[in-house]
Amino acid sequence: MRPILMKGHERPLTFLRCNRDGDLLFSCAKDHTPTVWYADNGDRLGTYRGHNGAVWTCDVSRDSARLITGSADQTAKLWEVSTGKELFSFRFDAPARSVEFAIGDALAVVTTDNFMDHVPTVQVKHIAEDIDDQTEESALVITGIKGRINRAVWGPLNRTIITAGEDATIRIWDSETGQLLRESDKESGHQKTISSLSKSLDWSHFITGSLDKSAKLWDTRTLTLIKTYVTERPVNAVDISPTHDTVVLGGGQDAMNVTMTDRRAGKFEAKFYHKILQEEIGGVKGHFGPINALAFNPDGRSFSSGGEDGYVRLHHFDSDYFSIKM
Amino acid sequence: MQQNQQHTERWGDLLDDDGGDFDLSVLLPPPVVVGPDANGMKKVIEYHIDEEGNKVKVTTTTRVRMVRRSRRAIERRSWPKFGDAAKEAAGSRLTMVSTEEIFFDRTRASGNNADGAGPSSSADSLAKGNDKPGGGLLMVCRTCGKKGDHWTSKCPYKDLAPQQGESSADKPPSTDGSGGAAGKGGSGAYVPVFKRLGGDTSGADVMRRRNDENSVRVSNLSEDARDPDLAELFGQFGQLSRVYVAIDRVTGESRGFGFVNFVHREDAERAINKLNGYGYDNLILHVEWATPRPN
Repeated sequence: MRPILMKGHERPLTFLRCNRDGDLLFSCAKDHTPTVWYADNGDRLGTYRGHNGAVWTCDVSRDSARLITGSADQTAKLWEVSTGKELFSFRFDAPARSVEFAIGDALAVVTTDNFMDHVPTVQVKHIAEDIDDQTEESALVITGIKGRINRAVWGPLNRTIITAGEDATIRIWDSETGQLLRESDKESGHQKTISSLSKSLDWSHFITGSLDKSAKLWDTRTLTLIKTYVTERPVNAVDISPTHDTVVLGGGQDAMNVTMTDRRAGKFEAKFYHKILQEEIGGVKGHFGPINALAFNPDGRSFSSGGEDGYVRLHHFDSDYFSIKM
Repeated sequence: MQQNQQHTERWGDLLDDDGGDFDLSVLLPPPVVVGPDANGMKKVIEYHIDEEGNKVKVTTTTRVRMVRRSRRAIERRSWPKFGDAAKEAAGSRLTMVSTEEIFFDRTRASGNNADGAGPSSSADSLAKGNDKPGGGLLMVCRTCGKKGDHWTSKCPYKDLAPQQGESSADKPPSTDGSGGAAGKGGSGAYVPVFKRLGGDTSGADVMRRRNDENSVRVSNLSEDARDPDLAELFGQFGQLSRVYVAIDRVTGESRGFGFVNFVHREDAERAINKLNGYGYDNLILHVEWATPRPN
């Protein structure tokens, strides 16, 4: 395949997200400016100017009208997707890290870091349909997690919130009361920081990637560990294919290996595993630095990866990918 | 003799250096269209003159892909650019198609399925080489089994004993899986030389593997002598790291001589003493040190 290289960011990429229809790709990076691209040919559509710090994650509403971003400048901002206009800014006492719209886009979950004396929090905000009615009020605030929370996402039917972070434990919280419902098992769960989390198309299962060089697949309702995928590099980004039984892992490099590993250019690869058999089926090389973000397109026919090198690489699969038989 | 009436202008007139705006486009080749090929790629090659009078060749490669889009997505396509994209120069190179072809590199099951490992590692790596994805050249190394990196002759793990030449009594032959995995600790990690399997772990023995000084030259071989014969004959004296019989490419027969490399020098010495003058297949063997006699 001939990947399309998009160099719109000057600093490392942090997150990639496709809209529901699969024609737009949103990229977040440490350079303060989230960008939106057309997902078929990689043309840049626009940028969202306004943040003063690294942008960690973003999410787009189902109708692709609104974008929410979480940034290290201690705000989460709401934007109008089509024009780049900043609609609203939620202010916090600490860097905002993970953001996600709920089903229906009337709520959003935002996490804040453990910054100075502040404990990390998970906050639920109402999103008003008319932007003039928008307030900063939180519907729910969850504290009680010790380490940094890297990802917080909504569970099925918005009933639960799932968090994962530095303490390597996945927790499921009730989204109305904030009560802790479940916690992942310490023995079988991850052993190091969970860096990334991604849900399947129907939200019935999700995958987490961790710096312990593995990724694990979990059931969303019961938090049972279903599968484990082992790799040799710490995992920074994960995603599940919406159409095929494939998961993809993207990783970095242990500090220890920097002098010993073969550092030929373009050798960082996104590894594909068979979701059910747990076996590695292939890899796609090309990045000049660790991969920090991965996103499958909703049609399952392409995927994009964002790296430490500031590049977004958009790959449209060749027919040989679809004919892989295990 | 034909008078060419159509040309009222002569090229000599055209090239007048009077600074006027003259038309050099008659000198340019016509545009070429290389029609859509099997992958749907179409190339259009055009020429034009730029402002400085240089001839410019522009090759445009396009592929048409039909995509189903929702109505809203089509609307979004016509949105005006905003933010930093609004003032984007027309020729900006933010989005580029990669110039190199990237493959979805299939992972071959390496040391994992050792029980199903029938063929030797060289046949396996040939098989790997043959059914590869895409259409590019895949370099397969027989010694470490790693694909895409280097050919066998350039293998960084050259001193691993090649699988087919080994015929030692004390060391059981490694399975093809571990032979491949022995070269690397994992398919990406660097394994230092002294840690690799297939070799001794003491430093001195590793050095002795560079055993050109343990090389024994065998001459007056019969014409149907081959590597396995020498291996069998010399193997009784100790571990061999390499056997070679010079074969005439044209006739396929042995050229009458060959070389045997021992791991241990003492074994080589004993072999020379015992086999020099030994009758082997109707000829008397001549066995000596390959290099001038090392002390």
